[in-house]
Amino acid sequence: MTTTVLPSYEDAVSRYEPVIGLETHVELGTATKMFCGCRTEFGAEPNTQVCPVCLGLPGALPVANRAGIEATIRIGLALNCDIAAWCRMARKNYFYPDMPKNFQTSQYDEPLCTDGYVDVEVDGKQYRIGIERVHLEEDTGKTLHVGGATGRIHGATESLVDYNRAGIPLVEIVTKPVPGLGALAPEVAKAYVAELRDIIRSLGVSDVRMEQGSLRCDVNTSLNKPGEEWGTRTETKNVNSLRSVERAVRSEIIRQSGLLDGGTRILQETRHFQETTGDTRPGRSKETATDYRYFPEPDLVPIAPEAAWVAELKANLPERPSVKRARLREEWGISEVDMQSVANAGAVELIEETIAAGASPAGARKWWMGELARRANEEGIDLAAVGATPAQVAALQKLVDDGKLNDKLARSVLEGVVAGEGDPAAVMAARGLEVVSDTGALQAAVDEAIAANPDIAAKIRDGKVAAAGALVGAVMKTTRGQADAKTVRELILSRLS
Amino acid sequence: MTDLTRMSAAELAKAIAGKEASAVEVATAHLDRIDAVDDRVHAFLHVDREGALAAAERVDRGEVTGPLAGVPIAVKDVIATKGVPTTAASKILEGWRPPYDATIVQRLRAAGMVMLGKTNMDEFAMGSSTEYSAYGPTNNPWDLGRIPGGSGGGSAASLAAYEAPLAIGTDTGGSIRQPGAVTGTVGAKPTYGGTSRYGLIAFSSSLDTPGPCARNVEDAALLHAVIAGHDPRDSTSIPQPVPDVVGAARRGASGDLSGVKLGLVKEFAGDGSEPGVLAAFHESLEALVKLGAEVVEVSCPHFQYALPAYYLIAPSECSSNLARFDGVRYGLRTGDDGSRSLEEVMSLTRDAGFGPEVKRRIILGTYALSSGYYDAYYGQAQKVRTLITRDFQSAFERVDVLVSPTTPFVAFPFGSRTSDPYQMYLADLFTIPTNLYGGPGISVPCGLSEGLPVGFQVMAPTMADDRMYRVAAALESAVGTLTPPTL
Repeated sequence: MTTTVLPSYEDAVSRYEPVIGLETHVELGTATKMFCGCRTEFGAEPNTQVCPVCLGLPGALPVANRAGIEATIRIGLALNCDIAAWCRMARKNYFYPDMPKNFQTSQYDEPLCTDGYVDVEVDGKQYRIGIERVHLEEDTGKTLHVGGATGRIHGATESLVDYNRAGIPLVEIVTKPVPGLGALAPEVAKAYVAELRDIIRSLGVSDVRMEQGSLRCDVNTSLNKPGEEWGTRTETKNVNSLRSVERAVRSEIIRQSGLLDGGTRILQETRHFQETTGDTRPGRSKETATDYRYFPEPDLVPIAPEAAWVAELKANLPERPSVKRARLREEWGISEVDMQSVANAGAVELIEETIAAGASPAGARKWWMGELARRANEEGIDLAAVGATPAQVAALQKLVDDGKLNDKLARSVLEGVVAGEGDPAAVMAARGLEVVSDTGALQAAVDEAIAANPDIAAKIRDGKVAAAGALVGAVMKTTRGQADAKTVRELILSRLS
Repeated sequence: MTDLTRMSAAELAKAIAGKEASAVEVATAHLDRIDAVDDRVHAFLHVDREGALAAAERVDRGEVTGPLAGVPIAVKDVIATKGVPTTAASKILEGWRPPYDATIVQRLRAAGMVMLGKTNMDEFAMGSSTEYSAYGPTNNPWDLGRIPGGSGGGSAASLAAYEAPLAIGTDTGGSIRQPGAVTGTVGAKPTYGGTSRYGLIAFSSSLDTPGPCARNVEDAALLHAVIAGHDPRDSTSIPQPVPDVVGAARRGASGDLSGVKLGLVKEFAGDGSEPGVLAAFHESLEALVKLGAEVVEVSCPHFQYALPAYYLIAPSECSSNLARFDGVRYGLRTGDDGSRSLEEVMSLTRDAGFGPEVKRRIILGTYALSSGYYDAYYGQAQKVRTLITRDFQSAFERVDVLVSPTTPFVAFPFGSRTSDPYQMYLADLFTIPTNLYGGPGISVPCGLSEGLPVGFQVMAPTMADDRMYRVAAALESAVGTLTPPTL
């Protein structure tokens, strides 16, 4: 084996031009599987969501789930694809124990959606990523290798198969090759997957969670010298986060340029991204090219979506996430960076609904991106699942705006809301958290504070108004934070003027 | 009292409904007959005495009624029966008890029919003689040294041996009709999609069609009516009402065929058949003319390519359908001693579990679907299929049904065609076009040749199954049913 001296990334992209392509699998969030009535819940006990059909028992037959077809068409439409008026499922034949029938029901030369595109933006510049095809297929089961140190098949004493996932609808989205990106290829690849994720999430057809595998990405990379033909591509699998998409492309560019510099040919192979090291390793080498012996699935009638149905689906597509973000950024008056963090936090719709419920953009954003985002983060859950609704957040902000709560009290009220104690007003009343704005009651506390701190009072009388803060603090302490700080300050200054 | 095993299904149903005989008595008579003769016939792979008697008791308690309530039935072993062994006559499924019922079995049970057991067949329905059963062949009750046809030889022989009045078969290239022909019984292949395939262990998905086997046309129609009709579990099932096959059979039995145009398939009326078969066929044709039918000679020029097209399409689909038998989830597992890889265990299992004809077809189909050969073989065969369909469609513009002998030769002696697969495949020469087209076809006895039964085939347009029953019943009224020698 020859050792290769790896160039720096900047060096590599200065001499080679990358061409990338992405194949993304999206697990649809249909209630039942693609070809039978089994449930699809994630994390159920192994082999509890199975039936003769998805176990591939002799004699069992598939029947297509209309919801899966509809979701695929909507994804295709959102990616500007043409929708086939007539197409068929196909059998992809190969032996593997996690595939109950030893063929996968998929699509081959008649995909449901073809020839679309997605526009993504990197550093203020737009890139159009062509979509070759969007097709529908079924997922396989999961094999678990037991007894070995690594969880891999080597050294394992037993292999167990869980067929719960077998038959869950998968949509495969394949881009056309994307040349001409230069040094930005890794970032554009990442931006594409992020955009795809946002689009699919906006359609409500999948929860698109890379960490749970409901969005899986394979990255194809090749390099060529300027003016020369495209090089041999490698396919990198096991790319399980947006950051990994970027890292995988970057590391393949560096690795391949190192080989090309040394005069070594690139092998067309499948490689696996290594999360820990950030590089790619060769996968199981296939001695011969696999012949999947595709042929039209005779157990399923062709899919022939009516034009009127497709038109209706198209008319009812949600606003494109990137367009929506630009609009909201304008409306909310925030920076692109801030908008990006709102999007990354999954807070766009929540903030939008909070504003619709009466809150100001700043008020709505403050709660969702502050206190609530922190809690969601701590608990490792989605922001939407944190326990507060947009209406409750809007009501909370209104109590602050009306002077009934100060910031500190509002946080306590929110804590109660999240704990399920009720709406903000109810929590405020139950916990006795309302701001004390009755000046009679406050006056006594102010007088008490002045009496207890004669030195500070003297300074204020001498015109050192800044010292009032200490007295405000003392009053807040005796009122357990429920006083309105502004009122307290005014009372102190008027007493000592 | 008359011998219950000699009665027709319609007669039995009437006797049971009229309390002249109990369903348990009827079931017991047939189970006893099986005990008495099946060691010589070997029509059954599994007899479910307990299940049969329990089903009969339900009928006797009045829990189920219907036109065939209490009538016993034998079911081809390629059809999934909950808790009852289902092997498709293969070693690879030995001992497998399905956790579910096929749709047609559900319908039989709902109709109060009494399943006696599972019948023998060529392994995975691949064959024309039952000689490819992994559990030994079925013997033809007309001559125990001869084949009962195939693949559904067990179902047909069970009728001819009076072990059952009705049976379920499946027809991929003739597996209901050809056994019917050589055992002197009636076998009907419904329109593809007219009967549900859910629970039928697939051989060739685009061709497989379950259907009725009986000793007379009316019984076949009665059974057809019970099992046919749309099934949401089968995507290829046709969501249309079932043609009135029982009414058509009764109308035909009146013996009037005036105004009916019979298309004589020129390519199948010549010297491809044994002389005795041709003679019986033409005599029957004359009998139909006497009943008022008009005979029109039609040419179906692409029928001659049906056999080669079939032997590309069916093996291709079977190579994929049978991939699931790998020892991982159910059935046979060979060589799993801890020293071998998964691939080796799969390979050893399939080598030990599949018989020679199944292996031949898997290899043929795997080859035909291979990259680089697909267009020349599978693709080309599909084009031929389209042309054959057009032959049928243009013929049916001129005639109501097509007629031909069911099979070119009478029951042949064991071993006479196993050494040359092509000679075996010729048994289905006349039945295969119907499968490629998807229309219905029926074989009805039309006489003897050298003392052995000859079948007359009637083919009809898709979803016009009633037409073939009418013509078949008329022929039956003219030539009568055949009675096999006493066993």
